[in-house]
Amino acid sequence: MSIAPDAVGPAQVSSATGLDRLLFGDNQFFGINHMSEEKARAQAMRFREVEAVIDVLDAAYEEGVRTFMCTTHDRIALVCDHMRANPERYSGFAFYPGMPYAHKYANAVTENGMLGAVKRFLPEEGLFDAAIRGGASLAKKDVEGMTTLLIDAEMKMFQGLRTPVIFLQNLVVDLLLGLGFKDAFRVFADHVRERYGAEPGFITMNLPLLLRVLDEVGIEDPVVCANINKIGFRMCGGLDAYEAALREHRCRAIAMSVYASGAIPPAEAIEWVCEQPNIHSIVFGASSRANIRNTRELVASHWEL
Amino acid sequence: MIRVGVVGLGKMGLSHHALLNAHPEVEVVGVCDSAKYVLGVLEKNTGVATYSDYGRLLEEAKPEAVVIATPSRFHVEMVRTALERDIHVFCEKPLTLTAADADLLAGLAAERGLVTQVGYHNRFVAAFQEVKRLLDFGAIGEVTHVMGEAYGPVVLKPKGKTWRSSKSEGGGCLFDYAAHVINLVHWYMGAPVGVGGTVLPRIFSSETDDGALSTLYFEGGRTGQISVDWSDESYRKMTTRVTIWGTAGRIFADRQEVQAYLREDAKIPEGYEEGWNLRYTTELTKPVWFYLRGEEYSAQLEAFVERVGRGEAEGEGGFESAAITDRTIAMMVADAERGPSTLAGGLDDEITTAATPRRRRLWRKAA
Repeated sequence: MSIAPDAVGPAQVSSATGLDRLLFGDNQFFGINHMSEEKARAQAMRFREVEAVIDVLDAAYEEGVRTFMCTTHDRIALVCDHMRANPERYSGFAFYPGMPYAHKYANAVTENGMLGAVKRFLPEEGLFDAAIRGGASLAKKDVEGMTTLLIDAEMKMFQGLRTPVIFLQNLVVDLLLGLGFKDAFRVFADHVRERYGAEPGFITMNLPLLLRVLDEVGIEDPVVCANINKIGFRMCGGLDAYEAALREHRCRAIAMSVYASGAIPPAEAIEWVCEQPNIHSIVFGASSRANIRNTRELVASHWEL
Repeated sequence: MIRVGVVGLGKMGLSHHALLNAHPEVEVVGVCDSAKYVLGVLEKNTGVATYSDYGRLLEEAKPEAVVIATPSRFHVEMVRTALERDIHVFCEKPLTLTAADADLLAGLAAERGLVTQVGYHNRFVAAFQEVKRLLDFGAIGEVTHVMGEAYGPVVLKPKGKTWRSSKSEGGGCLFDYAAHVINLVHWYMGAPVGVGGTVLPRIFSSETDDGALSTLYFEGGRTGQISVDWSDESYRKMTTRVTIWGTAGRIFADRQEVQAYLREDAKIPEGYEEGWNLRYTTELTKPVWFYLRGEEYSAQLEAFVERVGRGEAEGEGGFESAAITDRTIAMMVADAERGPSTLAGGLDDEITTAATPRRRRLWRKAA
C-alpha cells in the first residue's frame, strides 16, 4: 500500500485483536540506543525540545502510525499537553504508556530506601486519601493498595487521552517474575482494566517464562511485548524457546528491538519477524519521516496493514 | 541445586535475589534484611523464607553460598562470619573500606579454598571482556596508558543523609562508583605501584566526595588515569568507558561497543583487520538464563554459581582482585589528603635547587 506524501494514511488497527499492528516507540527521543553511546547522545541533542519530538510524532501520524508506545518520562507529559490542546488534529492518536519510568524509582530507592521511594511517588492530589490507602497497605503487608496508587500517579499525565493498552515496564515485570511475585501481575491487570478500561500489557526480556506465569495466574490472552529479532538479541531462553512459547500460548505479542539496535539490515529484520508465529504488532523507533515510511512499507509488504 | 542465601535487600540485593531465584540450578533458601516490611511483603507474596538475623539465616537455612549486598560497612563482619563457616561468598562492591580488611578476607578465603567474588560487573560486560581478550592477545602491542572514566547522574543536589552520604560508612563517589572503574583498570593493567595527583572533589555532598581524579602508576613505566564524576546530569545513567593506548594501536570501549584501531605492524586477532575495527554489544554479548538489568548482572552470578558447583576457588573477580581495588582506593585517599605536589610559588626554587621531592603540608583540602 502506498500513500501520497501529504495524505493522512489509514491507521493500522487489526480488528481481530484490537491492537494496532505498527506502534511507534520512544527510545530515540530519550537518548537510548543499545549499540552506541554516541548515537544516543546525538539523538538526545536532536530531541532537546519537545517540538522536535512532536514533529516526528506528526510525521508518524501522517504516515498512518498512530499509536505511541511510550514511557512515563516527565517529558512525555509535555507531549500529552500538546495532544490535549489539539484534540481534533489527533483524534486518531493513542498512547500505550509503559510504567514506571524505571530510572527515577531506581535512583529513589538508592537515595531514600524502599519505603522512602514509595512515599516520594505517592500522588500529591488527594494526598490524605493516598496516605491512608498507602499506610494501611503497608501495615497489612499487602502490596495491592500501594501498587494501584503508583499506577494512578503514573497515569496522571495521560488524563483525557486515549490509553487502550497500559504496560508494565520490563524492569518491574522481570523483577517480579524473578522474585516469583506472581500476584502482582494480577493486581496490575485488574486495576488497569477496572480503573482505565484498558488492556494490561507486559514488557519483558524473558518471554517464555512470563507467558507460563501469566497463564498460571489466569491472565488470558495477554498483551506482551518483548525483544524479538533474528539474531536473538536479548531474548532469554533463546530463539527456539521464543518460537515454542509463541506457538503454545494464546497471547498478543508485540515485537520490539526487531532491528536489534541496527545490527540487522531492515528488510531482513522485518521479513524474519513477520514470519514468526503469533506476532500481532511491531513497535519501532525512528527519527525521520523517511525511516518511518520505510519501516511501514517494509511491514506492509509482509502483513496486511 | 545450590543453596544460596541473599543478605541485604536494597536495589542490588533484590536484583540478585530475583536472578538467583530464576536460576534453574539455585535454590534461594532464605533472604535477610533489617527492614521487616520488605521481608513481610516478600514472604507473603513469594513464599521465600525470611530472616531479620544474619546468624539465624546461616544457622537455619544452611546456605552453601551467600550473596551479601548490605551497606559496605557491614561487609567485613558478614563476609568473615560466612567464610569461617565454610560458606562461599559473593559480596557487593566495595569488598571492604580498608586495604587491611580486604587482605584479611582474601587470605581467609584462600586458606579455606572457598569461592569468592565481588560484584564488579564490568568484568562480565561483553565489550569489556573483548578488550581484555585483545590486550591478552597483544593486539595493540605494549600498553602505555589507560584512561578509565565513569560519569552519571547520582548526586545532583545537596541532600539528606543515608549511609551513602557518610564517609565512614563507605559512601561517596570513590567507594561507591569509582571503585568500578579502578577495578576495570587494574584488571587490564595489573596492580598499581603508586598513585599521584589524586583529587576527590566535593560537588554537592557535604561529607563525601562526588568525584575521583587520579593518576595511577604501573610497573614498567605504564600509567593510567581515572576520571569519575557522579554529579553529571548530562548522562542518562552510569556510563563507564576505557581508552587504552599501546605501541601498536588504541582501543576504546564502553558497555555498548569496542572500537579498536590497529596499526599495520600490530598482531592482528582473527576477525580483526588493520585500521579501525568496530564490535557491538549485540554481537559480543552471550545469552543469559534470565535478564533483569543487563546481561552482566546475570553473567556474574552465573559464573559464581558455576564455580560454587565445581568447588573452584580460582576465577574472575575474586576477593584477591577486589583487594587490589580496596588498596588502590586507600592509596588515593592518602594521596588526596596531601594536595598538589608542586606549587606555583615553589617552582623556581624547585628548578634551581633540584631538591628531592618534599612532602608538603601547605595545601589542605578546603573545608
